[in-house]
Amino acid sequence: MPDSSSSRVSRNWFCAVSLAALASLAACATPPAANDQEAVAEFRETNDPLEPTNRTFYAINNGLDVVILRPLATAYRAALPQPVRNSVHNVLNNFGNPVTLFNDMFEAKPRRAGDTLMRLLVNTTVGVGGIFDVATDWGWPAHDNDAGMTMALWGLPDGPYLFLPVLGPSSPREATGFGVDYALNPTTWIGRGPTVNALGYAKTGLGALDARSAVLDDLDKVTSQALDPYATIRSLYRQHRQSQIDDARADNRATVPAWFPATGTPSKPGAAVK
Amino acid sequence: MKSIAMPLMSLQLGRRHVLLAAAGLALTSGPAAAEIGVDEATKFIDAITKQLMETVNGPAEAAAKSQKLEAIIEAHVDIEAVARFCLGRFWRGATPQQQKSYLDLFHRVLVNNITGRVGEYQGVTIVTNRAAARESDVAVTTTVTRPNNAPNRVDWLVSAESGKPKVIDVIAEGTSLRLTQRNDYLSYLSHNNNDLQALIDALRQQAGK
Repeated sequence: MPDSSSSRVSRNWFCAVSLAALASLAACATPPAANDQEAVAEFRETNDPLEPTNRTFYAINNGLDVVILRPLATAYRAALPQPVRNSVHNVLNNFGNPVTLFNDMFEAKPRRAGDTLMRLLVNTTVGVGGIFDVATDWGWPAHDNDAGMTMALWGLPDGPYLFLPVLGPSSPREATGFGVDYALNPTTWIGRGPTVNALGYAKTGLGALDARSAVLDDLDKVTSQALDPYATIRSLYRQHRQSQIDDARADNRATVPAWFPATGTPSKPGAAVK
Repeated sequence: MKSIAMPLMSLQLGRRHVLLAAAGLALTSGPAAAEIGVDEATKFIDAITKQLMETVNGPAEAAAKSQKLEAIIEAHVDIEAVARFCLGRFWRGATPQQQKSYLDLFHRVLVNNITGRVGEYQGVTIVTNRAAARESDVAVTTTVTRPNNAPNRVDWLVSAESGKPKVIDVIAEGTSLRLTQRNDYLSYLSHNNNDLQALIDALRQQAGK
């Protein structure tokens, strides 16, 4: 009982804050009657107290997508052959490596940090500015990482679901992570001026095209096959984030290289203790 | 106070464990078919994925491929178990008539969704990697590679609850198909006054497409 009332208080508080923040746009989802325990459990699991507001932004984003991003991504895919699009993807990924590296280090994952550092060095040089992903063939595969994942590994909970204008599916933790990554990115801080700004916008635009064109078919399928595309995307987004976080957490490869004489496994019990 | 309470608590815990273990034994000695071995599940998925590859990469026409694919799904997927999972708590509240029409429609929609994509899987390769027990089921990990796509990790959840090994979930890059479907249905229901008939009508429309 005290638990449910305190969570109601915190939910009300959360709604009040969001109400203030989003002015008249914010609306909170109506929780089910307290005596329907299964429905209440489902409501908690969904953890989307701002659902009406989120759905509004989802509709706006969808509208923008239909008239702007989707046609552009379709044209992008039609105009450029796969190898060229792959190269664009590789270059963009290479620009993201410093942020990935910072987060690998913040998570204390030395082998992941090593992979990212080698990817940055090898692909920038041998891979001609990141156009070719040589590092993957040489044994340094790519992995996902960002500040949202770092905070998750540090133990910060996800928080309620948010659907943000333009950015799409998120949560308080992920939205914070987005800001942190922006600040961590060296390209945020290198000089100012018309050329740098133009390059920055080009990178952002290409990033949007690259990301959107990669999910053209899948997203079409979701919107055509799901009864409630909003809820399906919420579910997919959450599961995908969880699996990225689980992969990072489970990656505890040893830091000792394979050629190094094995000292970690003493032949006799207690031999390592002096 | 604490020093007395602690052993008492551990004693209670110990008893509870014994009870739970006994209950577990009773369960496992009951329906022997409910458990499945890791090796058995791996062989099962290996065989299915070979059939899948032969079917989608074969020379047959799209219609013939769809038919073959449907036969594989019918034989090796526990569609009823998946359907029940996707309906969650609403399954128990449904009338037998509703359960029947829901199962029929779910079956049709699932088969349509998969066979409708047969063309996209041309050139696919599936490699079975390792398997791990997950509660009473086994998750078999495979690597699925489509032309011009990065390799994807796909886990197949195998259960023997029906008496034979059957697929009960496909988890692509960490996203479970049945969980996604369940969240879709439950959200649809919660926005339609939890009226199962509304879901059945919506499925009927999907199946008719």
